[in-house]
Amino acid sequence: MNAAGILNVRKILKKFHEVRANDHIDFDLQRGEIHALLGENGAGKSTLMNIICGLYRPDSGEIYVEGQRTVFRNPRDAIRMGIGMVHQHFMLVPTFTVAENISLGAEVTRGGFIDLQNSNKNIRKLSEAYGLHVVPETLTENLPVGIQQRVEILKALYRRSKILILDEPTAVLTPPEADDLFLIMRRLADRGVSIVFITHKLKEVLKIAHRISVLRKGRRVKTMTPSETDETELAALMVGRRVYSKIDKGHKRPGEIIFEVNHISVTDERNIEVVRDVSFQVRAGEIFGVAGVQGNGQTELVRALCGLWKIQGGTVSLRGKKIRTLDPRRLNQMGVAHIPEDRLKHGLVRQFCVADNQILCDYYKRPFATLWLRDWDAQLKHSKRLIDQFDIRPGNPLEPVGNLSGGNQQKVILSRELSREICFLIANQPTRGLDVASMSFVHKKIVDMRNQGVAVLLVSVELDEIMALSDRIAVMSGGQFVSVFAADQLSKQQLGLIMTGITPADMPRQP
Amino acid sequence: MKATPPTRIKQIFYHHRTGLSLGLIVFGAFVWMYHTQPLATTAVLASALRQSVPLALGALCGLIGERSGVMNIGIEGQMLMAAFCGFMISVWSGNLLIAVISAVTAGALMGLMLAFMTVGLKIDQIISGVVINILAFGISGYFYQTGLSTAGKLQAFPLGALAKIPLVGPVFFNNPPITYGTLLLVFGVHVVLFYTPWGLRTRAVGEHPKAADTLGINVYLIRYINLAVGGAIAGLAGAFLTLEAVGTFERGMTNGRGFVALAVMIFGKWTPLGAWGAALLFGLATAVQTQLQFAEKLDIPHQFIGMLPYLLTVAVLAGFVGRARPPEALGTPYTKD
Amino acid sequence: MHTSRQYSVLSRFFATQLRRAFQAIGVPVTAVMVGLLIGAAVLIAHGANPMAAYAALWQGSFSHLAAVGRTLEKTTPLVFSGLALAFAFKAGLFNIGAQGQLLIGAFAAAVVGCNLKGLPPMIHIPLALITGAAVGGLYALVQGVLKVYTGAHEVITGIMLNYVAINFTDYLAAGPFKDPTPGNIIARTAQIQETSQIPQLGGIPIGFVVGVGMALVLWWLIKKTTLGFELRTIGFNVHAAQYAGINVKRFLVLTMLFSGILAGLGGAVETQGVVHRYQPGFNVGLGFDGITIALLARTHPLGIIPAALLVGAMRAGSNRMQFAAGVSPEIVDVILALILFLVAADRLVRWMILKRPAGTRLSVLGAGWNRQ
Repeated sequence: MNAAGILNVRKILKKFHEVRANDHIDFDLQRGEIHALLGENGAGKSTLMNIICGLYRPDSGEIYVEGQRTVFRNPRDAIRMGIGMVHQHFMLVPTFTVAENISLGAEVTRGGFIDLQNSNKNIRKLSEAYGLHVVPETLTENLPVGIQQRVEILKALYRRSKILILDEPTAVLTPPEADDLFLIMRRLADRGVSIVFITHKLKEVLKIAHRISVLRKGRRVKTMTPSETDETELAALMVGRRVYSKIDKGHKRPGEIIFEVNHISVTDERNIEVVRDVSFQVRAGEIFGVAGVQGNGQTELVRALCGLWKIQGGTVSLRGKKIRTLDPRRLNQMGVAHIPEDRLKHGLVRQFCVADNQILCDYYKRPFATLWLRDWDAQLKHSKRLIDQFDIRPGNPLEPVGNLSGGNQQKVILSRELSREICFLIANQPTRGLDVASMSFVHKKIVDMRNQGVAVLLVSVELDEIMALSDRIAVMSGGQFVSVFAADQLSKQQLGLIMTGITPADMPRQP
Repeated sequence: MKATPPTRIKQIFYHHRTGLSLGLIVFGAFVWMYHTQPLATTAVLASALRQSVPLALGALCGLIGERSGVMNIGIEGQMLMAAFCGFMISVWSGNLLIAVISAVTAGALMGLMLAFMTVGLKIDQIISGVVINILAFGISGYFYQTGLSTAGKLQAFPLGALAKIPLVGPVFFNNPPITYGTLLLVFGVHVVLFYTPWGLRTRAVGEHPKAADTLGINVYLIRYINLAVGGAIAGLAGAFLTLEAVGTFERGMTNGRGFVALAVMIFGKWTPLGAWGAALLFGLATAVQTQLQFAEKLDIPHQFIGMLPYLLTVAVLAGFVGRARPPEALGTPYTKD
Repeated sequence: MHTSRQYSVLSRFFATQLRRAFQAIGVPVTAVMVGLLIGAAVLIAHGANPMAAYAALWQGSFSHLAAVGRTLEKTTPLVFSGLALAFAFKAGLFNIGAQGQLLIGAFAAAVVGCNLKGLPPMIHIPLALITGAAVGGLYALVQGVLKVYTGAHEVITGIMLNYVAINFTDYLAAGPFKDPTPGNIIARTAQIQETSQIPQLGGIPIGFVVGVGMALVLWWLIKKTTLGFELRTIGFNVHAAQYAGINVKRFLVLTMLFSGILAGLGGAVETQGVVHRYQPGFNVGLGFDGITIALLARTHPLGIIPAALLVGAMRAGSNRMQFAAGVSPEIVDVILALILFLVAADRLVRWMILKRPAGTRLSVLGAGWNRQ
């Protein structure tokens, strides 16, 4: 660990509830270097950077800027020490002009009023000096994403940042835009700006970084230069060797096609295509896993398939019958079950008791209700049976679901979805935030379903989960399925590489 | 990317096209009216201006808060409390200036109370406004005694030669101080909101408080100060009612003006100049309504004219008459994670 | 084993219910007591005697049958507007326009009461009530549709339409529907027909009984029907509601409609049962009492009754308080404002201290003027 860096953090600890987002991390940044911070989702990269830019306070640990111990009470302190951050989700006011966004909080004034002329002049000069061309008078909301990013970078440079932190900057860029960004980064580094570059994309890291630090599960695993390593090692370090119980899936010959998707696309509120021309089939008795890093369209795909978002173009068929309009209730009645990725936001009503949550989708059906009259006794009986079956703790049907642990909350959702007659199950990040025991439980239930002939669509960012459960695997990247394989054809390292955008040299051909 | 955006003036004109069109029609009507009945017209115009003052001030109070992201439906209560304090201090001290200052202070304090409830305690902003309204009504009603005599009213003073212009002169240029002050405040708030750092940061806090926070701007402080300043302006409106327009106090004398001020704010699309124009229009509606009530000239019942501002606001809100877009972060309390 | 599990479930059930009941009324009761205390402090500061004032308040509201009757009279419209607001709150809507819906319902009922002659009371009374309820409902429906399909916030449209209702009914009562009785100069409608007047039952206004009945109906609806389940789901978590297949937009519009029906019914009951005509200003006050009542009752229909009684009693007794103790009736508004503040703030203060999530639906009621 070189102590003479421009930025040094030692033993940073940050906990959120019981989770150690940063577990005694050491990190240093040299002057004029581009230091890549590599890691999967949840590895702790963003947390560390949020601490460095003053948004979070660490539970313990020290920060040194240019050799001097500093404590950041708020973002202003960090900005004053020359640290500037470009967040993954832009912090730009859409209705402001570029100039207003850049100078917000550091406005140029003349006699108490904003000096628009000088402001614009300074920004133009700055933008030309660094080759980040922007027109100061344009409204931010009209700008394409790549230019907005430039504005964010200029925001930092405007405040004389010596340390620039870029959080997943290429997540929203097309490849040519990304290359532009790399040129800019090189130029900045040459002029003495030190850059921390957070990413999960291996290719970029090897292309642009002077040094690479890999984070995993809140710890810094290793730091090296690109010449000292290669993609395989990096992927291995990122993904690591995780303990998971091997599930004996048993051999099951997949049956007929239950769920079929043909050439569907989904656009978001900004009319950007987030799911591009996706087609796949899921058969009875098969688990079809969709792997991919968060943010590549999986969320949108699932929401569209559940009927919560509109599908642009393409068809969806269940059991051979084309579904014209996807509607959550109709899908439910046709035997489709869904485990949502955000259980508290979409899957449960926190203030309702366990029993009420267990009939959230079926409350109007018999025996829980006849016409509009609810039958509480039937509901209670049903709930107790499910609590037994799924071992939900505490076993009180009247307990508000918000008081349950994450694992038990997930069990409530499972008990609801899997106790019906279903032919198709969509499981979206089913074990997010769960402890090991709960994870095993969920996995077992999913495999049980598959063995009973249900078609399962499993969407997950956890490679182990995908590999352990899936019969076939598709990798989703940039809104598309980039490859589809049978599970036993791929090793985990290969899968990890594909997910980070690299095609392994020894890749098997697609089935 | 679009071509260079239209100039600022053109933008303003387009933004307020409904109000401006209405204004032009009204202007035309007035020129014709003046031709036929000069005295009545002058009376109506003067009344319109008088009615517009508390509306404009109230709308300024509302929009300063809303631009910072805080809804304020307690303008009515702030005005009432200020009117009452102004009245009581006028009685007690005999000095109109001190009375005005105390009214403004009372308004500011109510504004701080709203800030504490909405920003500090994170209580629902509408309920906080309701609390302020009921509290003001209760306290002012309870402590009021009839039969007290004030130090009189603030008198009008003419602005020299300007007061001699036909029609506009006696109406616009021969007024008491708070009326003049309103126009100054309208321009003042406009300049601060759009041309100073404070205004820029305020607008940022109202649209994207997280962005402002990451740049080191203190979201809570901005909201507190803006609500206090807004309260002070509403206090000035209260002072106007007791100390300039009427001369005494009455229980509930604001009579819903604080809520009309909300309509004025929305109709003016959350800008000071728009609010001023809308206030004039709404004040005109009230003046015409009063005139019709006594003149019985036209066949339109006066209440329909009275309803017009409210219906128009609903139309604007629903997007039928041009879209009104409030600040993005309006209504949600800000929490740092 | 089966029995012991049942037993433990049962005892846990009771314990939970008890704890919940305590939690439910603990806050409002504290709020009322603290409100009265601070009110007393204000009285002392003004040199008045709080004991005498409160005693007079009690006398004027509950001490004898006539007082009780007066209290119940004042309480009846409060029950309806409280129910209207509570019902809307449960779905996450703030129906501040209940005041206008009440007025317009009252007027419509008066028109039916005045102008239809020769009907037997069995038909005339329900007809008037239904008309009032329907008109109130339609008025609220406008707001609901605007909110769901254009994003116009129901608080602002509510406030605006309240004033429109006041103006419109003023016009109608002073113009086309003015009382033609010779010598009458007041802007009001004629007295409604005898056949349309709701009789009193031994001093107790039947309207109050209707109100209590409505509260029970609402309670049953919310607790025992699928509609109630959908309502609460939408109010607690709109996303989960969509996921559950509930048609949220349509439901929100229907909620406003029903809330307006309740308010309109309240106005009709007031007209047919108490005032026996429509007279502008009959329902004086800021119209915010309904909000205080709904929040005091924590939007529980059965809690509306005691909450409305409290406010109604205070309003009814304030005359006596003025007469006997010389205390201005506006102190009641001060106390109510404090109670409202405490009820709204207490949940959050508790949340901040205990870090346990309170019902979040109330905290985002005011999300902007133009939000879905």
